[in-house]
Amino acid sequence: MILKELSEAFGVSGHEEAVRQIIFDAVRDDVDEYEVDSIGNLITLRRGSAQARKHGTSGAPLKVMVAAHMDEVGLMITHIEDNGQLRFAKVGGIDDRILLAKAVYVGDKKVPGVIGVKPIHLQERKERNQVIKCDKMTIDIGATSKAEAEQMVGIGDYVAFATSFADLGPTLKGKAFDDRAGCAVLVEIIKGGPYPCDLYGVFTVQEEVGLRGARVAAYAIEPDVAFVLEGTICDDMPKKKDVSPTTELGKGPAITVMDRSFIADRRLVQLLVDTATELGIPYQFKQPLMGGTDAGAIHKTKMGVPSAVVSVPSRYIHSPVCLLSKSDFENAVRLMQETLRRLTPATIGKNE
Amino acid sequence: MDIISLLKNLSETSGVSGYEDQVREAVVEVFGRYADEVRTDTLGNVIALKRGTGEMEPRRSIMLAGHTDEIGLMVTQIEKGFLHFTGVGGFDPRVLLGQEVIVHGRRTLPGIIGSRPPHVLPPEEREKTIPMDRLFIDVGLPPDEVTALVHVGDLVTVRRELTPLQGDFVAGKAFDDRTAVVAIAACLEQLAGMRHAWDVYAVGTSQEEVGLRGAITSAYGLAPDVGIAIDVTFGDQPGILAAETVEMNKGPAIVYGPNIHPVLYEALVETAKSLELPYQVEPAPGRTGTDAWAIQVTRSGIPTALIGIPLRNMHTSVETVSVKDVERTGRLLAAFIARLDAEFMHRLAWRPAEAPEEK
Repeated sequence: MILKELSEAFGVSGHEEAVRQIIFDAVRDDVDEYEVDSIGNLITLRRGSAQARKHGTSGAPLKVMVAAHMDEVGLMITHIEDNGQLRFAKVGGIDDRILLAKAVYVGDKKVPGVIGVKPIHLQERKERNQVIKCDKMTIDIGATSKAEAEQMVGIGDYVAFATSFADLGPTLKGKAFDDRAGCAVLVEIIKGGPYPCDLYGVFTVQEEVGLRGARVAAYAIEPDVAFVLEGTICDDMPKKKDVSPTTELGKGPAITVMDRSFIADRRLVQLLVDTATELGIPYQFKQPLMGGTDAGAIHKTKMGVPSAVVSVPSRYIHSPVCLLSKSDFENAVRLMQETLRRLTPATIGKNE
Repeated sequence: MDIISLLKNLSETSGVSGYEDQVREAVVEVFGRYADEVRTDTLGNVIALKRGTGEMEPRRSIMLAGHTDEIGLMVTQIEKGFLHFTGVGGFDPRVLLGQEVIVHGRRTLPGIIGSRPPHVLPPEEREKTIPMDRLFIDVGLPPDEVTALVHVGDLVTVRRELTPLQGDFVAGKAFDDRTAVVAIAACLEQLAGMRHAWDVYAVGTSQEEVGLRGAITSAYGLAPDVGIAIDVTFGDQPGILAAETVEMNKGPAIVYGPNIHPVLYEALVETAKSLELPYQVEPAPGRTGTDAWAIQVTRSGIPTALIGIPLRNMHTSVETVSVKDVERTGRLLAAFIARLDAEFMHRLAWRPAEAPEEK
């Protein structure tokens, strides 16, 4: 399964090359054109079926952009201390509390390191209730001096969690399902084509630091319609307070109505719901106003692009290890493939 | 002996205090390679005997103790398929968030100690630590399957493969105190090529983390003439005063203080010096919290020493040691044992000071 390879690949925002190569190798025989733009997005085009010509306005097929981001949250080395310990900063949104006692890889050589913590025996009682901030932590790669460390790593090196992928039966665990899950869904969508539209499968960069890749890709493509695929928040764990789980594991792909970055195009949401209902595909709505995605950038491109987001619920995103449901993943693929087959210019009010 | 592969094998084996079957089997196998006989006792200690060649009657014996148990977690409640748990031994709840674990249920289940994503947390939440009773384990199975496979009381261990770092350093789980078991095995291997007069009891002690319990009963049963406990000690690391630690990769720490027989301390230092083996002195002004604390007061008292293997991040899944320090500990022990002769006990015995001669 390509999700395993994608999950274990090293691709913190700004350094997505390894992920891009895996995706490129997987889809190159299924696309008609491809390009890597200046910021690093992989833009592929799978031309529409013969039917697509009929659907297009003025003879041109409908241009549909489907995007998933390749980058993951991680860390970056900011300083090497005289004793060989590495100081770091966060790349993207990470809760400091999940960093203690984790194994990581530093730099392109994937130098193994660990984030240390003062042993419980030496802590004062009051320390145990204090959150340790990431600027107080260091990564230990086993170097005993700055010079020794510098032979293996350097300032600016990216750091990713060292987590292996595994099949747990009904579920899968691994790192960076936000958004390698979306990337894997998009690979399956491309392979399932052609569709009655021109499919621009876009694997974007730098989503986690401000939706930067999607913005320029959408500008270049100028799509008629956009879908964004995400591995999204799933907060369905036991909690004392009765708060929304955002999405729930195993209840099907999540359709966004509105999040912090955009309001979904109602017609596209309706098409997704109608398709799911017709085919008996389970789906759920993501709790409104949680999180944001590349759609936030895409829908405001040029004169605006009708956009929607479909997500695979993933527990524990932005931590070293996430968990998703295989059936949610498979249903997300199917829902998207079938929706693309049903999408016509009329869906978004264009004349056929 | 390939220290790293033996340590990897023992570190990745599970054995929470009192539930040490898996690691016990592994230690029986390892000690069995070098010992004349191996057995286990009521509390689950592994006791290996390597006979000496001394003519004295009865032959003197030395006990080496390294504990086989590790700290872990225990399932206390199952809620909608998620497992609540408590600690067995001293875990800092702050290091558990986002860790992978192994749940020892009807079958072995991989699990995750889940963290709510930052997106849903108000900023003030992120300033608070999460107490252990609000953490949970997710095994990725539907609730009915979870309740069939996992019961309250099942044990959980942290999952971490041994990670080789730069130079001589490696990181992993349960190095406290599997590194000592490796050092003892290295000692036995060396002794196979040396003459030693004393009998050597290599003991993998059980239940150290919950109160030195295996050491209490094994030392009683063996009644050795001398005991040496090998345990990990605090290695230098960021955020800790140098006064509280010993240095990493500068050799085993020979501990000195009330828990230690001063002549054994001296003899260990002499041995290290004669081997030109790097060592450090670690002062322990009182309770050492190690098996040495129990062995010293067994029966009518046993002269006891303590050797510390410097280790960073104790009681986490990324405990870090220098492999060289482990190897040096084995070498020091073997050389020390080879020097023990029929007269050594006299050296340990108290003698009245010579009365000043009258003029």
